[in-house]
Amino acid sequence: MLKLKNKFSVERDISGCGLCGIINAKKVKTTGEDIKKAISVEHDRGNGLGGGFAVYGNYQDYAELYAFHIMYDNLSAKGNVEEYLKNNFIIEKEEPIPTSKTSKIKDHPYLHRYFMKPKSDRQDKLFHDLGDDDFVVQSVMSINEKYDGAYVFSSGKNMGAFKGVGYPEDIADFYKLDEVEGYMWTAHNRFPTNTPGWWGGAHPFTLLDWSIVHNGEISSYGINKRYLEMYKYNLSLKTDTEVITYIFDLLVRKHGLPIELATTVLAAPFYQNIDKMDNKKKELLTTLRQIYGSALLNGPFAIVFGYSGGMVAMNDRIKLRPLVAATMGDFTYVASEEAAIRAICPSPDLVWSPKAGEPVIVKFEELVAQKGGLIGL
Amino acid sequence: MITIDANGMHYRDLNRLIREGIGRGVKKFFLENVNGQYYIGDGIKGDDITININGIPGNDLGVFMDGPTIAVNGNAQDNVGNTMNAGKILIKGDAGDVVGYGMRGGRIYILGNAGYRVGIHMKGYNEQLPVIIIGGKVGSFFAEYMAGGVIVLLGLNDTDDAAGDYFAAGMHGGVIYLRKKIDFSKYSKEVELYEADDNDMAFLKKYLLEYADDFNISFEDIAGKPFYKIVPSSARPYAHLYTSA
Repeated sequence: MLKLKNKFSVERDISGCGLCGIINAKKVKTTGEDIKKAISVEHDRGNGLGGGFAVYGNYQDYAELYAFHIMYDNLSAKGNVEEYLKNNFIIEKEEPIPTSKTSKIKDHPYLHRYFMKPKSDRQDKLFHDLGDDDFVVQSVMSINEKYDGAYVFSSGKNMGAFKGVGYPEDIADFYKLDEVEGYMWTAHNRFPTNTPGWWGGAHPFTLLDWSIVHNGEISSYGINKRYLEMYKYNLSLKTDTEVITYIFDLLVRKHGLPIELATTVLAAPFYQNIDKMDNKKKELLTTLRQIYGSALLNGPFAIVFGYSGGMVAMNDRIKLRPLVAATMGDFTYVASEEAAIRAICPSPDLVWSPKAGEPVIVKFEELVAQKGGLIGL
Repeated sequence: MITIDANGMHYRDLNRLIREGIGRGVKKFFLENVNGQYYIGDGIKGDDITININGIPGNDLGVFMDGPTIAVNGNAQDNVGNTMNAGKILIKGDAGDVVGYGMRGGRIYILGNAGYRVGIHMKGYNEQLPVIIIGGKVGSFFAEYMAGGVIVLLGLNDTDDAAGDYFAAGMHGGVIYLRKKIDFSKYSKEVELYEADDNDMAFLKKYLLEYADDFNISFEDIAGKPFYKIVPSSARPYAHLYTSA
C-alpha cells in the first residue's frame, strides 16, 4: 500500500475520469446502490487507481456533530492523532468505518470515524477565537500536514466521503454503501496519469460540508494554490482537485458569496461576453474577475460539487470535458455520460448537456417537518 | 439478421459479436438494451451492413467505420463518427460533443441537437466528401478547424440560437450551409457568408431528400427557406502567423 503522506514531487495531477451525481430536492433518500450502478457504467473511464463517493444525509442521528473520517497507515499514527482530537474535541462516538472483506480491495489503510464537536475550553483559545468551522478547518489542515501516516478525508456534518484505491463499484462494496442512505450522492472513477493512485488522492475531496469530484486538470493550480495559502489553506495533497474545494470554502463560507456568484468566479465569463451584458451585470462580473482573478480555474474540467444546501455541476468555460444532466420528478442526475444516468433512470423527464461554464444548481427545498431517520450505517 | 441483447454487455464482447456476425454473412443487426457501450461498429466494412440500435450507444459510435449504416433510435454520446471513412450514421435524438471528429467520408444525419465542436478537423479529398446534417441546434466551436466536406445546420426548432460562440473558428476548407442566418458577431474572421445559389441548392437537394426520407419528415419543410453558405476566406489562414507575407 502506498503510504498516506504524499511525498510525490509532482505539482499536479492530470486525469480523464468519470463522474456521477444524484440529488433529491425533497431530501428523499436512496441507498448507495443507485450511484454505484450509475458510476459502474463509466467503469472504463477509470483504471482502478481511485474510486470514491460523497453522501449527504447519512448521519442523521449525529447531524449536529462533525463526522471525521480518518485513514491511518499504522496504529501509532492513530494514537498521535487521537491525542490531538481528545485534547481539542468532545468525541461523542468513535468506531471503525464499517467495511467488508472483498476480493477486490485487499490492501487498505486503517479507517476510523469520529463524531465530535470542538471543546469550548480548548487550548487554541489562548491565542485566537476561531469559530467551530474554522477550528475544524485548521485541525484538518494540521493533521494532514503534520501527522505522518494520517489523513482526514471527511469532516462535515451529516455527510461523509468514502474513497480509496480501486474501481468505484468495488469501493462501494468495500464500504457497504448499499446499507447507507442519503439524499445526495456524488461518485468518481479516477484515471490518474501524473501521480500514482493513493488512498488520499481518490476523489471526492472534502472539507467541512464541501465535496468535489472532478474530471480534468486545473492548469491554474499554481496560482490558485498560492492564493489559497494566503488564507491559510494548506495544500498537502499535491493533486489539483483540492483547490476547488478550498476555493468554494473561501468564497461561500468565508466571504459569503452566493453559490451562483461563486461559480462565476471559478468559470468566469470571457470579457468579450461581459462587454455584451447590461451595465449592472457588467459591473458585478468585472468586479468579481478583478477581485478573484486568482481563484479562476483554467484548463479543462467537469466538476460535481456537493454542499449542505444542494449540488452544483459545471464545466470549464469552453467545455473540454463531458457533462450531461437529467431530471425525473424531484431527482436531478448528472454524469459524464448519458448512459450512466439511463442505467438508473431509463426515461427521464428531461435530458440535456449544460453549456460551457453554466452551472446546473439544485438546492434542497426547505422541509417543514423532517422525519427522524434511521442512522445510515 | 440477428438480434443482440446488449444488456450489461462489455463493448469488447458486443463488437466481437458484430464482427463475427459480419464474418458469417449477417447483413442486419438489431442491438437491444444498448447502454453506454463504446466503439460500436469500430472499423467495420460493407456497404450492405445495417445496425439498428435501441438504447444509448457509448462514445465513438462508428469510429473508423467504412461503409455500413448505423441507425440510433434515441440519443448518442460523444465522438459520433470519429474518423469515419464511409457509410452512414442516423441519430433520431441528440448527439453529444465532437460529432464527426476528423471525419473523411460518409454521412452523419442527426434529427435533434448536437453538442460542442461538431465537425472538428473534418476533411475531404476528391470523391471523399463527408457530410453532416443537424436538424436542431449546435454548441460552440461549430466546424472548428474544418478542412473539407459539408456541414448543414437546419435549426428546425427555430430558436434564435442555432449555434454558439466561436463559429467556424480556424475553418480553412469545406462548406457550411445554414437554413437560418445567425448573429454575424459569432462568425470567425476567417469565413465569408453568401446566399446559397441554384448550384448549391441542387447539390444540397440530394442530401436533404435522403435526410427527410431517413427521418420520415417533409422535404418541403426543411428545404423551404433560402439557405446561406459559409466558406473560408483562405485555405491557409495562418500561413503568415509567424512570418511576414
